[in-house]
Amino acid sequence: MSAILQINNVSKKYSNHVALNDVSISVNEKAVFGLLGPNGAGKTSLIRIINQITGPDSGEILFKGEKLNQKHISQIGYLPEERGLYKKMPVGEQVLYLAQLKGMKKTEAKKRINIWFEKFEMQGWYKKKIEELSKGMQQKVQFIVTVLHQPELIILDEPFSGFDPINAQLIKNEILELRKNGATVIFSTHNMGSVEELCDNIALINKAQKILDGSVKEIRKTFRTNTYKISFKGNVMGFTNALWTGGEILEKHTDDDVHFFTLKIAKNVTSSQILQAVLPTCELLSFNEIIPSMNDIFIQQVSQGNNENVVGTKSNFTE
Amino acid sequence: MSKIGLIITRELKSKLYNKTFIVMTILAPLLITGFMAMMIKMTQSEKTNQTVLVIDDSKLFQDKLIGNDYVSLTFSNDKLEKAITEFSNKNFTCLLWISPNIIEGGAGATKLFYKKSPGYAFQTFIKDQMERIIYENKLKANNIDPSIISNSKTNVKLILEKVNDKGNTEEQSSFGLFGFLTGALMFVFILLYGMMVFRSVMEEKTNRIVEVIVSSVKPFELMLGKIFGVAILGIIQFIVMGIITLVLTTILSTLFLKDAKLQLEKFNTQQELVKKNGTNVNFEQMQKFDDKLELFDMLSKIEKINFVEVFICFILYFIGGYLFYSSIMAAVGSAVDSEADSQQFITPIMMPLMAGYFISTKTILDPDSATVFWGSMIPFTSPIVMMSRITNGVPLWELLLSLSILFVSFIGTTYLAGKIYRTGILMYGKKTSWKEIGKWLFYK
Repeated sequence: MSAILQINNVSKKYSNHVALNDVSISVNEKAVFGLLGPNGAGKTSLIRIINQITGPDSGEILFKGEKLNQKHISQIGYLPEERGLYKKMPVGEQVLYLAQLKGMKKTEAKKRINIWFEKFEMQGWYKKKIEELSKGMQQKVQFIVTVLHQPELIILDEPFSGFDPINAQLIKNEILELRKNGATVIFSTHNMGSVEELCDNIALINKAQKILDGSVKEIRKTFRTNTYKISFKGNVMGFTNALWTGGEILEKHTDDDVHFFTLKIAKNVTSSQILQAVLPTCELLSFNEIIPSMNDIFIQQVSQGNNENVVGTKSNFTE
Repeated sequence: MSKIGLIITRELKSKLYNKTFIVMTILAPLLITGFMAMMIKMTQSEKTNQTVLVIDDSKLFQDKLIGNDYVSLTFSNDKLEKAITEFSNKNFTCLLWISPNIIEGGAGATKLFYKKSPGYAFQTFIKDQMERIIYENKLKANNIDPSIISNSKTNVKLILEKVNDKGNTEEQSSFGLFGFLTGALMFVFILLYGMMVFRSVMEEKTNRIVEVIVSSVKPFELMLGKIFGVAILGIIQFIVMGIITLVLTTILSTLFLKDAKLQLEKFNTQQELVKKNGTNVNFEQMQKFDDKLELFDMLSKIEKINFVEVFICFILYFIGGYLFYSSIMAAVGSAVDSEADSQQFITPIMMPLMAGYFISTKTILDPDSATVFWGSMIPFTSPIVMMSRITNGVPLWELLLSLSILFVSFIGTTYLAGKIYRTGILMYGKKTSWKEIGKWLFYK
């Protein structure tokens, strides 16, 4: 798969702190990419550079193999974390204005507005002022503004913050739909559940540096700890003896006559060897590998980084 | 349409269709001309009919104290007490009593009794006459002919003529007050529209739409679009207000000042004669106009103002001054994220504007001073100070120099403002200081 966006050795410094330090990321076409990291890590700085709101101090960004420039603006859609609209301006006019700023022709924009307004069941809103809408309704408008000009790259900064579950689901479906239609989506979030659900690839940024990237599946595999969950009926003593030195019991509890064990299997032993050893001693009910969640990986990686005391101070930018 | 065009259109539309804006545009000229009309009305004598019963115990005023079209006087020999008791039943509006020792003056030497409060103009009319009669009486008592005194009086009118480089003379209006008023108007306009830009920038920042917009257009384009949008709005408003004011003043001046203008023409022909003959040939004629001299002076000064020049200069200086200040306002607006913090940033910007206003007061007293000259060159004050000088006749090179400095400075401030604006609009949650703003100038 070819990369739609190639970020090479990008650094950005503000007067009193480093926002990005030699960050390189590659975003594949037609995929959903998660940009993760704790508050103040530099995510928003990076997103602003991709949107050409600010420029990097050093490094370069390639959009479809070409150096990022003004003409790419119309091919990118951006939903900032702190988002707002003109309070007094009618919804339709506002969406039209923002679409035209993205370079759309008026007639084309109007056509697309009708399509999206129908899709989100907001046909009657055209003449309403933003201040008359509820927060959830405003968010729908903001989402439409982001995708109306059919950008090839859509950047969503914390898209689910402040959405109610119904709207969040609506947006999730739209993200997947957009990907199916060939768009690439970058989204930055703290919500690790949605990362596992939506993202193909991720990059994790902490304290201005990229500390991890790759496909979600691969990353979770690499972070496997050879830990299994096993449940069985039968003699605990016999089970433990059969296990011998093949595995270490991390945790155990019993519910009625079913025993639940969490095992960490030794490095030179395979899971089938363990199974063969314990099978004769019990009635096996289940045997599953525990694959670490993105949440665990996130916490582990970030706290590790923090202990290393990387230089960096709290940013006063919204992040 | 280009992106900057879109921004200008939106800015213009959002303000043009605003109800307050429309009301203000129409109401302001109405208020100004209404106020002017009221002032003129007040200076013109009241036309309430007064019938006065005069009890003159001094016997000095009979046949000398006379009425006019609205005031009729009836002399009576009745006693004062009797007259007062009968006053309410009789058809007089006022009762004037003059004591026998009026010549010595003092409080209570004369009294005016009334049913309905008599106007100030009527009181002055009576008082002035009495003073004149007593004055002439005293002169006569000393064997001086009053006509000698009055013939010795001459009204001196200073006509200013400037000698230009070519040795020709040109008459100048030197109407300091008018200059001061246009200067003050400039002050108000620059501040009004500058604040509009400031508010607009702050609004976009606080409702957080700005990040969406700057992902589509360059911050500098957004800032320029805003500044130009409000500038066009200002010019539209200025023209509409100008037209309304013009129409209203024409109506008012035909209503109220028609007589005065006719009289002014007569007065001017008399003056021409005086000029030509060099004598007071028509002194008696001229005397008729004595009480109107001030009004005439004002009118003739207004007539001499070159309104086209003033108008063109006003527009040019408004554009220059507005652009200069609004770019600073935009920069500062980008640094603020709440209305409460804005005052500390607005005040320092208002200071030089205020200074311009004060220098323009100096123009009336001392139009050729160095302060006034430099005030009309330095771009912070030049729009206001130059407008206050304009009716005094400013050399063309000074005008051109001052305008060039203003427009070059505008490019400078806009460039710097753009740098501050770019960083400022994306800064949240921290109280900004001037030092901080200084740092933004150097961000890449």
